[in-house]
Amino acid sequence: MSLLEITNLSLSIHGTDILHDLSISVAAGEIVAITGESGSGKSMTALATMQLLPKGAQTIGSIAFADQNLTQLSEPALCDIRGNDIGMVFQEPMTALNPVHTIGRQVAETIRIHDPSISRAAAQEQAAKTLSRVGLPPDRFPLSRFPHELSGGQRQRVVIAMAIALRPRLLIADEPTTALDVTTQAQILDLLKGLAKADNMGLLMITHDLAVVADIADRIIVMRHGIVVEQGATDALLRDMQHPYTKMLFDASNHQVTLPETRSRQPLLQVQNVTRDYKLPRKTLFGAPGHFRAVNNVSFDLRRGERLGLVGESGCGKSTLTLALLGLEQVQSGVITLAGDPVFTGTRANLDVRRKMQVVFQDPYGSFNPRHRVDRLITEPFHLLPEPPTGAARQRAVDEALTAVGLSPKDAHKYIHEFSGGQRQRIAIARALIIKPELILFDEAVSALDVSVRAQILDLLAKLCEAYALTYLFISHDLSVVRTITDRVLVMKAGEIVEDGPTEDVFQNPRHPYTRALIAAAPVLPDRHQIPA
Amino acid sequence: MRRSLIIGGLLSAVFLLAALVSFVWTPYDHAILDIPNKLKTPNGTNLLGTDHFGRDILSMIMVGARTSIAVALVAVGIGMGLGIPLGLWAAARSGSWLDELIMRGNDLVFAFPSLVIAILITAIFGAGAVNAIIAIGIFNIPVFARITRGAALSLWQREFIMAARVAGKSAAHISVEHILPNVTNLLIVQGTIQFSLGILAEAGLSYVGLGAQPPLPSWGRMLADAQTMVSIAPHVALMPGFAIILTVLGLNLMGDGLRDYLDPRLRVARV
Repeated sequence: MSLLEITNLSLSIHGTDILHDLSISVAAGEIVAITGESGSGKSMTALATMQLLPKGAQTIGSIAFADQNLTQLSEPALCDIRGNDIGMVFQEPMTALNPVHTIGRQVAETIRIHDPSISRAAAQEQAAKTLSRVGLPPDRFPLSRFPHELSGGQRQRVVIAMAIALRPRLLIADEPTTALDVTTQAQILDLLKGLAKADNMGLLMITHDLAVVADIADRIIVMRHGIVVEQGATDALLRDMQHPYTKMLFDASNHQVTLPETRSRQPLLQVQNVTRDYKLPRKTLFGAPGHFRAVNNVSFDLRRGERLGLVGESGCGKSTLTLALLGLEQVQSGVITLAGDPVFTGTRANLDVRRKMQVVFQDPYGSFNPRHRVDRLITEPFHLLPEPPTGAARQRAVDEALTAVGLSPKDAHKYIHEFSGGQRQRIAIARALIIKPELILFDEAVSALDVSVRAQILDLLAKLCEAYALTYLFISHDLSVVRTITDRVLVMKAGEIVEDGPTEDVFQNPRHPYTRALIAAAPVLPDRHQIPA
Repeated sequence: MRRSLIIGGLLSAVFLLAALVSFVWTPYDHAILDIPNKLKTPNGTNLLGTDHFGRDILSMIMVGARTSIAVALVAVGIGMGLGIPLGLWAAARSGSWLDELIMRGNDLVFAFPSLVIAILITAIFGAGAVNAIIAIGIFNIPVFARITRGAALSLWQREFIMAARVAGKSAAHISVEHILPNVTNLLIVQGTIQFSLGILAEAGLSYVGLGAQPPLPSWGRMLADAQTMVSIAPHVALMPGFAIILTVLGLNLMGDGLRDYLDPRLRVARV
C-alpha cells in the first residue's frame, strides 16, 4: 500500500485545464521525482497534494494519503495534516523564512502549532535536535540566529528542519536546490536523501533539472502540459525511454554543439590587474567605512574569435567583473582595454569602445521595456553610432538581425509580451548583434530557459559563430553549458581567477582544488545511449 | 472595483462640467445683489436658494468650481512639473550628494504643516488666488518627487535599463525614454489624489480669507460667510459644503479606481 496515491486527478483553474487524469503514487521511504518544463503542472501537483490550491481551482479524482482522501477533508482537518504528516520545502529559502523571527522560534513554531501542550522550552529543545539533524548543530548555529545571518544553503537547511520537525511521513520538495550553488546543491540533495531513508519518509521531489533527478530519485515521473507522459524506476527509465518527449528532454539537457574552429590569435580584450572595491556602510558615526573587495587583481586576455567561459558560484564577483568590462563602473586599479583602447576614460565609459561590445542578460522577461515595440527595442544600440542608419537602411538592419536569430522581420512590429521566453532571448541576441559588435558578453544568458529552449539557443549561438565569427565571454554557473559552448574557461572564486585553461583540459584534469570540488559537485546526467543494460 | 472608478468619474465630471458651463452661462449673475430675495430656501427660481445678499447659490457654486479647479489644477501642475524631474534626477544619481540634497530638501518642505506655510506666503505676498496656487503647488513638489524616485529606483535595477546603459544612453535620456513611461500610471493616480487635496486646501485658504478675493466666489469663503447664519438658514452653508465633499469624494474614488484599473497586478487578481 503506497503512502500517497493520486488517482485520476484532474485540475482546472477558472476553467483552464492544468492537470489531466494524473495518477501517481509514492511509497514510504521512496524518492519520487516529478520533472518537466515550465507549464507542465509539476508545481500544481505539489500544491494539489497539500490542498493549497489558488482560488477558482476545481479538482476531480482522489488524492489518498494514508487512507484519507485529501480532496474531501475540511480545512481544519487539512491543517492537522499539513506540517504534521506532510512537510513541504520551497524553492527560495529567503522568502520561505520570516526575516524577523529567529530560526529556533520558526522551527519550534511548527512543533507547537500541532501540539500546544508542549512547553516552549521543550519545543526549543526539539527544534535544536531537528536543526542538528539537518547539519546545523546549536553549538555552532545558536537558535537565536536570524535568517539573514545564514548563507543560502544554511537557510534551506532551516526550511528543511521546519518541514521534518514532526517527522512527517511524506515530504514534498518543490525545486529545493534551484536557487542554490552547485556545491551547496550537492550537500542539500545528500541531506534530503539521508533523511528520507532514515525516517522511512516518502519524498516527492519536483525539479526541472534532469541531472538532479537521475542522481537522487528511485522513480521518475515526466510531465508535460499537465499529463504524465512517462513514469518508471530511474534506471529502467533512463535505459529505455519510451516517449519521444522524454527522449527529447534528456537529449536537450545533454545538448552538445560543435563550434567552428577559431582562426585569429591576436588579443581583443585585455584585462590587467583589475581590482574593484565596494564601500561598506559605516559601522560607527566617525569610523572609516570598510571595503569589500569584489574583484581582486584579475588579469586575462580574450583573443579575437575566441569563445571564453567564466564560471563561479554566486558572490564570486562575476557580475561585478561584467559591469567593469562594459565600462559601467569604474575600477579601483587595473586596466581593461578592447582592441587597445580603454573601456573607461576619465570618469565615464568610452563610447567608442562600447560600440564594439554588447551584452545579453539572463532574464528574458526583465530585459525589455514593456512599452516599446521590437524594432525600437533591438535598435537601441544604434544610439552608440555617430550616424545611426535611418529609413530603409535601418529597416534592413532590423530585418537582418531578426532573421539571423531565427525570427521573422514581421515580428518587428509586435510588443515584447507577445513572445515566449526563448523568443525573447532571441530578440535579446538580435539587439546585441544589430551593431555588429566585436565582443558579446552573455551574462547567464540561458540560465532562465527550459532545457529544450536552451538547446535551441545554444544551437543558434553555434550557428552565429559561423556566420558572424563571434567573439564572446560566456558567464554562467552551469558547467555543462559552459563545457559545450566555450573554447577556454576561467574559474573564479572570491574575486580571483583560480584556474584558466582550454575548456576540455580544465574539465578533464582540473588542477585547482576549487575547480575539482565544483566539477565533482555538479550532478551529471548519464548518457542514455551508454547506460549498461 | 470598477464601480468606484465610474462613480468617482461621474462626480468629478459633473463639477468639471459645471465649471466649464459657468464660462458661458449661469442661471443668474453670481455677483448681482438682490437683497429683498435674501436667504431663500431652494425653490423653483433659485434651485439652491439664495445667500444673505440674495445672490443665487447655484450660480456662485458653478463659478466657485471654476476657481477651485483652476487653483488645484495649476498647483498639481507645479508639483508635477518640478517634482517629477527632481525625483527622476535623484533616482538617476541615487546615493550621491545630489540625491541627498534633493530628498532632504523634500523632507524640509514636508516638515512644515502646509497650511501654516500657505498662510505665511499669502501673508507676505498678499491674499489672492495666484499666491494660493503657488503655496499649494510648493507642497505638491515633494509628494511627486518622492513617489517618482521610489518607483524609478526599482526600475533602475531592471535589466532593460542595464541594456539601455550598455547602448550608451545618458541617465537623462534613460529617465525620459524608459523610466518616465513606466511610472506614469502611478503619477496619474497620485495626481488625482493631489488634485482633490488641492481643492480642499484652496477651500481652507479661502475660508480664512487668504484665497480668491471677492467678488470672485469661492467655496471656502461661501462657507465662512454662511457660518454665522447656520441656525436661521442652514442651506447657505450646506450647499458649498456638499459641493466640496462631493468633489473631493469623487476625485478620491476616481484615484482609487484608476489605481486598481492601471495596476496590472491587481487586474490579474480581479479576473
